[in-house]
Amino acid sequence: MTRTFGLSEFLLILAAVRWTILLSLVAFVGGGILGFAVAIARTTSSRVLRLLTAGYIQAFQGTPVLMQLFLFYYGFAVLFDVQIDAWPAVAMAFTLYSGAFLGEIWRGSIEAIPQTQWEASACLSLGYFQQLRFVILPQAMRISIPPTVGFLVQLVKGTSIAAIVGFVELTRAGQLMVNVTFQPMVIYPLVAAIYFALCWPLSRLSRSLERRIDAGLGIKRHL
Amino acid sequence: MHYAFHFNVVWAHWRDLAQGAWLTIELSSLAMVLGLAVATACVYAKAAGPSPLRWAIAGYIELIRNTPFLVQIFIVYFSLPALGISVGANEAAVAAMVVNFGAYGTEILRAGIESIPRGQVDAARALGLTRLQTFRYVVLFPALKTVYPALASQFILLMLASSVVSAISAVELTAVTNSLQSTTFRSFEFYFVATGIYLAMALGIRAVLGGVYWIRFVRRQGA
Repeated sequence: MTRTFGLSEFLLILAAVRWTILLSLVAFVGGGILGFAVAIARTTSSRVLRLLTAGYIQAFQGTPVLMQLFLFYYGFAVLFDVQIDAWPAVAMAFTLYSGAFLGEIWRGSIEAIPQTQWEASACLSLGYFQQLRFVILPQAMRISIPPTVGFLVQLVKGTSIAAIVGFVELTRAGQLMVNVTFQPMVIYPLVAAIYFALCWPLSRLSRSLERRIDAGLGIKRHL
Repeated sequence: MHYAFHFNVVWAHWRDLAQGAWLTIELSSLAMVLGLAVATACVYAKAAGPSPLRWAIAGYIELIRNTPFLVQIFIVYFSLPALGISVGANEAAVAAMVVNFGAYGTEILRAGIESIPRGQVDAARALGLTRLQTFRYVVLFPALKTVYPALASQFILLMLASSVVSAISAVELTAVTNSLQSTTFRSFEFYFVATGIYLAMALGIRAVLGGVYWIRFVRRQGA
């Protein structure tokens, strides 16, 4: 006998949202720390650091997330002789993935600050770290907020791919429920609607922040 | 590390991998061409169509951009058959990719079109060009030049995202890799090589599209 899709089935799917959110948050925080280091390394005068981080970004932006997940999952077993669970493998893979994207976004924000700001602060005899902390980063941060929120949307959507390696989050929960109820017509649109409810407010926030920050910087976009 | 790598197993199956990679390119290219047509139609209708149509297109864009590609594929492949629309895996994959690319493409084209000064359109109309002619010669082609890099990036993202269609048994590169690793037990080697192939394809497409841009837009202008 097959189950029919009712309230308790809906709640089961809804409960899986916490794994989508948790995975996104872990990847966002971990990737944020990593991405910050990458952004700084990408903008230093050290050629070695710049090349290394550029390679890292290219490797993660030029390959599918799904492949990164598989590689992590099997790579760990092979290289370190330990079998890891889906959750740490997926969390680490998405952390590296978001580190590459955030690093690239923040590099762009730092480079958007005019060179004269560096020169002026150097004239005031600020050291490199003081320049970063008191002059460059506060300005770069403002520019970086809208694309960062935009990336968060990409990340939340991206975590659905973890379903393919068997990690039970929103999409996987939907798949499992389809397997027992045979009602894909109801369940997949519902899953899509839940993602939409998570992502749409973030998208709107990103857009309104962009408009506000553009206005603050005196940028006029054609509308 | 006690693991002995056996990349010769991968080499023995290079034909299968090449076929998978070719299907990846085929599916993405087809989706790109059709998706660009959808995007062009949408961007025209959004600028010139009646308001219900404009709202519908705005809704389509928001819906696609705020839900995961994987769920969109599931809806096309698993949910639509419940309505009596049944399609093969490859067709479903292309359909989902077209719908996805259409939404992102519309937004990219819109940004390009907004960069065309209003005076150009007025001038074209004053010269007696019809609305459609104005759109084609004065708005669309110059706009395409502006947004060409963004479209190229979106195409690469689409190609990478196409690895996800392995989840519905379209036998592109990821699906081929999955089946090969499960029969040879050389998971790490196969995923490592497949990831490398994706990276090479991404870099290759970027180089080819960059060349096309140069031939089509830069060289002519220089002459």
